[in-house]
Amino acid sequence: MFEQLSNFRNSIPSLNSFRNLSPKTRREMRTGYLFLSPWIFGFMVFTFLPIVASFFFSFIDLRITDGIASAPKFVGLANYIQMFNDPQVGIDPRTWITFLASSSTPSSMGVTITFGLLALPIGIFLPLFIALLMNSPHLKGQMAFRSLFYMPYIIPFVAAIFLWGGMLNPESGWINRFLVWAGMPKEMTPQWANDVYWVYPTYILMGIWGIGNAMLIMLAGLQGVPTELYDAAKVDGANGWQTFWNITFPMISPVIFYNLVLSIVGLFQFFTTPLVVNNGTGRPGGATMFYNLYLYKNFFTFQNMSYGATLAWFLFLIILVVTFLLFYTSKYWVYYAGDSRS
Amino acid sequence: MNIPLMKNLNTVFITAFTLAILVIFLSPFAFMVFTSLKTQDQISLVGAPIWPAAPPKFEYQGQQLEVFKVPQPDGSVKEWALLKKGQRESTFIDPANTAAGEIVWQGSWRNLDRPWKLSPTWSNYVEVWNTIDLGRVLLNTTFYAITTLIGTVISCVLVAYGFARFRFPGRDLLFIVLISTIFLPGFVTLIPTYTFFQTIGWVGTWLPLIVPHFFANAYNVFLLRQYFMTLPRELDEAAMIDGAGPMRILWEVILPQSYPVLMAITVFHIVFAWNDYFGPLIYLSTARDNWPISVSLSMFNGIYGSRPQLIQAGSLLALIAPLLLFLAAQRFFIQGIVITGVEK
Repeated sequence: MFEQLSNFRNSIPSLNSFRNLSPKTRREMRTGYLFLSPWIFGFMVFTFLPIVASFFFSFIDLRITDGIASAPKFVGLANYIQMFNDPQVGIDPRTWITFLASSSTPSSMGVTITFGLLALPIGIFLPLFIALLMNSPHLKGQMAFRSLFYMPYIIPFVAAIFLWGGMLNPESGWINRFLVWAGMPKEMTPQWANDVYWVYPTYILMGIWGIGNAMLIMLAGLQGVPTELYDAAKVDGANGWQTFWNITFPMISPVIFYNLVLSIVGLFQFFTTPLVVNNGTGRPGGATMFYNLYLYKNFFTFQNMSYGATLAWFLFLIILVVTFLLFYTSKYWVYYAGDSRS
Repeated sequence: MNIPLMKNLNTVFITAFTLAILVIFLSPFAFMVFTSLKTQDQISLVGAPIWPAAPPKFEYQGQQLEVFKVPQPDGSVKEWALLKKGQRESTFIDPANTAAGEIVWQGSWRNLDRPWKLSPTWSNYVEVWNTIDLGRVLLNTTFYAITTLIGTVISCVLVAYGFARFRFPGRDLLFIVLISTIFLPGFVTLIPTYTFFQTIGWVGTWLPLIVPHFFANAYNVFLLRQYFMTLPRELDEAAMIDGAGPMRILWEVILPQSYPVLMAITVFHIVFAWNDYFGPLIYLSTARDNWPISVSLSMFNGIYGSRPQLIQAGSLLALIAPLLLFLAAQRFFIQGIVITGVEK
């Protein structure tokens, strides 16, 4: 899907391409735009104008009670100054890493990045690992396994949280009961969602049912590797690791890249799990006050549209820069077999 | 098969290993089913098994006695009812032979196992159904799923057809813009959109949730476009020579060949709508009568969080519909994902 994006430069039409069209081309263009019009209209109304509007919001003082019809009160950069000085936002990277070691209240950006660094490797390697198992010629019942590993993905998010929440209940949950049965003293069993150090593993476990999508895409990528390449590697005497690193990995690098980009963009916006599990309070000890949760509270609970929009625009810029960097580095490690144009 | 299965150690090992991971992976489903069938006492009872079990009782001279498995000197185990509890010795009654009277047994009764009996409580489901008015909630959710499904399918088919079958300046750029919307953080558009809907009085109604689905979305357009592009153009051209316009070609040539991809976007959309939580939460949280299942379930959890059996029963009732849909239509789910993730 993302390969299309690398054609950006060639996709920009010159003004000349709109001039001197033959009647047939002109007709085709009219019909084409007509079919695209639902999306173009929707994009303008629900995406483009709102982006511009939230940029505008970030320079005024707007509360939801005002409504958008009221005369805007310009405040210049006040929202941005507030954001840069807000310890709960945490623009300063020094606040990102220190909080787990110290008792100070963490910043929401620090929480987001710490959790992201823990969750991202699991979000990539676990689906890859399961996909490699699924792709093994030694696995019997591949189809059934594939469906069953994917299946939890379609379970309602809220229900999945409650199922894992029950499993991880410190008293009655199966995981702590198993730990006690295996010999762990009861007072040493984790308090999971109520403990600063265990709350991130809790969220990761709650999110593990979301791997189905990435797993299926990686499996399809693995199945698409031509067998001739493996035969050639065998002839050359390559061992398992060499085969994986020199054949499998480059051949599936596009699907890894696809999942990597979507995971990173998703992790920057992670907040519905803490909203449901810890009621969006940031407990325990502020460790679950994610950036987007803080944004949500400003906009929805405190009804400060301007500050919410400022935070949203800042996140938009971060995601833009990060995605751009990912796409920039992708040409060094993502291998698209054949012509990249479709 | 030429080689006997058991001879192939790799097969046995890999399959058993994968199966073990799968069992752990899916174990919360068993937790849900077992817990939803328990009473509050069964959950808090120390030493109770994980399945819904009740300790059997024996009535003796008007008293309800607990039954234990008592080891006998000859190595056998007998189920006796505990009459008098003691530190070092206790008095039991043999339910099979009450005439034998009181039996004194040496040892601590606390170390004895109980002969647990399966005792599922079905009333939890009824209680959840009545408390959250599940009939209405399911109707709301179905309404949301069906109306947005109609909007999504119509708009995405039209837009994908425009991208797949017509050449015109600006098309490739627009397609890139469409794909890029996937990276857009939701809040940057949500805040002005929400403010707008609030101003025109749509918050608390279904409209802000339904209307945007009539204007196409990146994933489904991409999925449909990729599929349409694989269809041979010869049939289109033949229809065109016969004088068919673009709408008729779409309706009579393209769509009849597109059954698998239409099924894929249909099942994905139903699951999306059924599971959608955040949209309904912000737009409908004040309109209790309109709540769909996800919002109802989370609100229910806020009130009954201390009664896990009800939460698990509610979760089961919430996930049964998407689960059945998945089991019936797995092939379409799996094909659809592969197209978005792997195709160019």
